Amino acid sequence: MSSVDDLAPLYRRPVSVFWWARRRSYLLFVLRELSSVAVAWTVVYLLLMANAVFSGAAAYQRFLDWSGRPWLILINVVALLFLLLHAVTWFNLAPQAIVVRLKGRRVPPRLRGRLVPPRLVAAAHFSAWLVASALVAWILLGVG
Amino acid sequence: MPDTITLQVARYRPDIEREPTLQDYVVPLRKEWAVLDGLNYIKDQLDGTLSFRWSCRMGICGSCGMSVNGDPKLTCATFLDDYAPGPVRVEPLANFPIVRDLVVEINDFMLKLRRVKPWLMRDQHKPLDEGEYLQTPEELDDYKKYSLCINCMLCYSACPIYGLEPEFLGPAAIALAQRYNLDSRDEGAHQRLDVLSTDEGVWACTYVGECTVACPKGVDPAGAIQRYKLIAAKESMLDLLWPRGAR
Amino acid sequence: MHRRRSTAEPVAWLLFSSGGMVSALLLPVLLLLFGVLFPLGLVSPPDHGHLLAVLSHPITRLVLFGLLVLSLFHWAHRFRYTLFEGLQLRRLDTLITTLCYGGAIVGSVIAARVLLS
Repeated sequence: MSSVDDLAPLYRRPVSVFWWARRRSYLLFVLRELSSVAVAWTVVYLLLMANAVFSGAAAYQRFLDWSGRPWLILINVVALLFLLLHAVTWFNLAPQAIVVRLKGRRVPPRLRGRLVPPRLVAAAHFSAWLVASALVAWILLGVG
Repeated sequence: MPDTITLQVARYRPDIEREPTLQDYVVPLRKEWAVLDGLNYIKDQLDGTLSFRWSCRMGICGSCGMSVNGDPKLTCATFLDDYAPGPVRVEPLANFPIVRDLVVEINDFMLKLRRVKPWLMRDQHKPLDEGEYLQTPEELDDYKKYSLCINCMLCYSACPIYGLEPEFLGPAAIALAQRYNLDSRDEGAHQRLDVLSTDEGVWACTYVGECTVACPKGVDPAGAIQRYKLIAAKESMLDLLWPRGAR
Repeated sequence: MHRRRSTAEPVAWLLFSSGGMVSALLLPVLLLLFGVLFPLGLVSPPDHGHLLAVLSHPITRLVLFGLLVLSLFHWAHRFRYTLFEGLQLRRLDTLITTLCYGGAIVGSVIAARVLLS
């Protein structure tokens, strides 16, 4: 199949290195993608904490003291904001990817064939987030 | 409301210039006028050399897609008074090579549509005298929105991945594949897997989601792609652990 | 002319996807507590005995290990694509893939040594 290129030069517009800064939606996308760095940092931080705990009470205390340094708290606040961005965008996008139609004998006939509403899918994810967080907090802060 | 509005229109005449430039035209600002009406006014009254594609002027043929103030739009469905006092920048659809003025090269897109085998495929065809394939309203609903694509390419224009990696199959092609994969009459999903589950297929997509935002017909190609990733991943794992030949 | 069906990408995506889900559900509260509230003294941190008991429990070890490993592979996949698209570094594919997944593997080994031994 011959292309128009044979007849006259096509003009191919170059893609700028800063393509992601040109639109608000692209910028938000790149920030969302960069949240993965905050995820990796949190893994490292939690491993340091676990290692300290397993090394004894003194090591754990040193970790707590270290974690109180202002620059580290700042890093963790920024990382936490990125983690929140990750979680919120993840749960909001889930309904687009998870499309469930109610089928089968156990579904009441009135609801059979209906699509689970996207808002319900998102709400389920946010509820699970709340429950999981509460559970973790309760385990960690619980009866000592 | 002022009488007129300025359109800054991209010009590219390969025999005259090396790269595109912007040319200003002053057109009447009428309440019901779309950008396309402005362009037609330019061609009829001001400058007959301007080239652009259009046809139905009612948002169904998919011909008049262009970049209006940097956003991919159907120019027949984009109204001038929403941009008043202007100026309004009209450029060719982003991410496509420019042939001339506002006309872009669309061969790549046409070839990709074909690659996903956009037709009903059956392992076994029903004999004619058994009648047509029946489909319930719910079964139609499963793929209906993916069948509404008018091939306007606004999604390709909005997709930054397509701009960076032109081999990417793209939103419309994958949504079209899903239109057939999810059709209860179709049995060709496994054949389309070979086209879709590739590095330049669904795996190149990072769910930016701009394609769905740009789509004038509510096709939601981003959703189609994400749903397909799960299916493709499941099929690939199944094939790995329990190859088709042995099933 | 066109590439064959990918064998690695589906697996990478499944890891990315599950990692994304578990990291979104569990990492925020953990970082909030250990990274912000405890250090600032807004909530008193658990005493060593309690925390050691929690972390030593086999279920905690397994769940935490799974969470950290999946989160690392989530990072590997997403960061790899961020470098490809954001910085347009596709031409360094082999190097980037090695560093990202290599990093995730190294992190997983460390997590195993800390949590499972």
